[in-house]
Amino acid sequence: MEIHRYEKLWTAAALLLIVGLIATVTYGALGPGVKMVDDSGGTIDAGSLGDTEFGDPGVTQVGEDQYEVHVVARQFLFQPGTAEPIRVPANSEVTFYVTSPDVVHGFELAGTNVNTMVIPGQVTEVTVRFDEPAQYGIVCHEYCGAGHHTMAGQLVVVPEDEYEGGS
Amino acid sequence: MAYVDDFPTDARIVRWNMGVAFLALGIGGLFGMIQALHRTGVFRGFVSSADYYTVLTGHGVLLALVFTIFALCGLFTWGVTRSLDRPLPNPRFTLTWFALMLVGALAAAVTILGGLVPSIPFNADVLYTFYAPMQAHPAFYAGLALFIVGTWLAGLDWFRAYWQWRGDNPGERIPLQTFMVLVTMLMWYISSAGVAVEVLFFLLPWSLGLIESVDPLLTRTLFWYFGHPVVYFWLMPAYFIWYTVLPKFSGGRLFSDPLARVVFVLFLLLSTPVGFHHQYVDPGIPEGFKFIAMTNTMFLLLPSLLTAFTVVASMEHGARQRGGEGRLGWLRKLPWDEPAFAGCALAGLMFAAGGFSGMINAGMNINYLIHNTLWVPGHFHLTVGTASTLTFMAAGYWLFPQITGNRLRFRSLATVQPYVWFIGMTLMSNAMHRAGLAGIPRRTAEPQYDAVTFQGVVGGVSEMRLQIAIGGTILFLGLVLFLIVIFGTWFGGSGNDSLRVNGRIPAPLSGPEHSPKILDNLKLWTAVAIVLIVLAYGLPLSAMVADGLFAPGSPPIPV
Repeated sequence: MEIHRYEKLWTAAALLLIVGLIATVTYGALGPGVKMVDDSGGTIDAGSLGDTEFGDPGVTQVGEDQYEVHVVARQFLFQPGTAEPIRVPANSEVTFYVTSPDVVHGFELAGTNVNTMVIPGQVTEVTVRFDEPAQYGIVCHEYCGAGHHTMAGQLVVVPEDEYEGGS
Repeated sequence: MAYVDDFPTDARIVRWNMGVAFLALGIGGLFGMIQALHRTGVFRGFVSSADYYTVLTGHGVLLALVFTIFALCGLFTWGVTRSLDRPLPNPRFTLTWFALMLVGALAAAVTILGGLVPSIPFNADVLYTFYAPMQAHPAFYAGLALFIVGTWLAGLDWFRAYWQWRGDNPGERIPLQTFMVLVTMLMWYISSAGVAVEVLFFLLPWSLGLIESVDPLLTRTLFWYFGHPVVYFWLMPAYFIWYTVLPKFSGGRLFSDPLARVVFVLFLLLSTPVGFHHQYVDPGIPEGFKFIAMTNTMFLLLPSLLTAFTVVASMEHGARQRGGEGRLGWLRKLPWDEPAFAGCALAGLMFAAGGFSGMINAGMNINYLIHNTLWVPGHFHLTVGTASTLTFMAAGYWLFPQITGNRLRFRSLATVQPYVWFIGMTLMSNAMHRAGLAGIPRRTAEPQYDAVTFQGVVGGVSEMRLQIAIGGTILFLGLVLFLIVIFGTWFGGSGNDSLRVNGRIPAPLSGPEHSPKILDNLKLWTAVAIVLIVLAYGLPLSAMVADGLFAPGSPPIPV
């Protein structure tokens, strides 16, 4: 089979690009430690969240600078997040556990890397560090019904000395 | 002699397929403009924000499934009959698949549009990605199933024509266009099995109340098993045009027939085991499987990068045949005033940009940045919305005279139309990409959230919105121009002038005799493709069904 010289060069360059792209992702995972959302959150009975830790969702402190936030995403609000903002202190590592009792939702902290799916029956686990006080909008980015565009909330990272716990 | 004189029956089925495709394009495109104006807040008088999602579902289903697949059925019927130089075996069988696809598409379209009329109990605003547990009317799922079965029979029709030809021509190489059609259909059979299982075994019985719950993650995975390969089902017909007729439009001939075959075989092998890259940020799927899917996805860049080379090389060859000289000076010798050429060339150019944003989507870690943001529609409006759509339009300018026997009408409109589309898409998609980087979500009816501010990396949010609205409007204008030309040509009568279209396709510079025979071994490539799919999907799917087919389950939530 005849392959033109330029075509060979081009194919080699294309393969190099592809391998390079895979290498950057591998580096991201091994070097800076970018971790993907995976199956670590486990599964849950979407029909009876009340009997689980999602029965009383909110913020719990689990270590010196470590917090867990349980969030229920449902048509068309985040609980907590929508009625009142989620509050966490600066200089903390926060792990979100998010699930849904109804349909598929999205959970995005606009302007951060927290951007994930929420699927009934599954628990999404995602960890993020907040160094500075800030305010972030929370958006549902997966169409979830006629009121989808109203589904939003807020997360407030308060200065450490002003943090009064929870919710 | 035009195609319509040689194959009158097949020309009619090509016309009908293209006719349905372009009607769907007209309605879906109108919906697109309504969305562009509504979600940017420029004009919100057409629909309420709740009805926006009905319009959005109509836009997605009519364009991504109905338009593209009917158009490819027209193109492929033409390509198979032309390149084998024989009609399809049985006109009644051909009519059967066309009718099945039409009835299925109508059922789905009517249930979707029912969402706009409160007194009609039909409703299907579940979007083109019809994930459970949001539930549409059963007629929507039944329509989709009929439509898919219709496409399967269409493929069988083309295979039957090939088998007949093979009987008369043992030992000969498969003509390139037929080879491309058969490989594309093999890819489609393998990948559409996922959505067929999802619809027939889960969603349809569930929407009829026969089973109580479905596993949302499992059905979502089955959807994406099909949901990315379907992208190649739109793109491969565009490649089919770029490889077989674009070189002729440029004034030359295809560079290499063997490389074209390699590219299509690569698509067959790699298209299906990539679906998990749409689920990078889904819970419930281990990271390792996502990584395997990513590796596959990245290697799927190869056939597209090879195509970029061939397309540009063929255009350059054509330009030099026409007297073009210099390193880049040859570009000026290309027939930029021929709508069939200009459309294909601009579509190819846009596809290069779309390919780069696709590399970002495929990168598992940077995907976090743009997942489900406006970046994503920005990306696929370049790929399916321009690479495929503008190529189908351009091919239409050349094909319609041959399949109707009429001369192309409104030629001056046709000459500007590809440029109108190009400008509209440039405005809309660059703004969408940048809005996505700012974190603005896709698929929302509102321009702004009360508690959320988005920071543009380049440019302000209001400027992006304006560009999206203006771009969407220009695109609709480009669509109207196209429909005037095509339906004007079809129904405008032939006049007394003779047809001035040359339907001949010159032989490639390097023909099939230069390629190894193993490339034509379709059974081998199909087997390899299936092995790769089992490797990519076997373990994750068996893990999902390990806790029961319907668990962790969800009851249906009506839309």
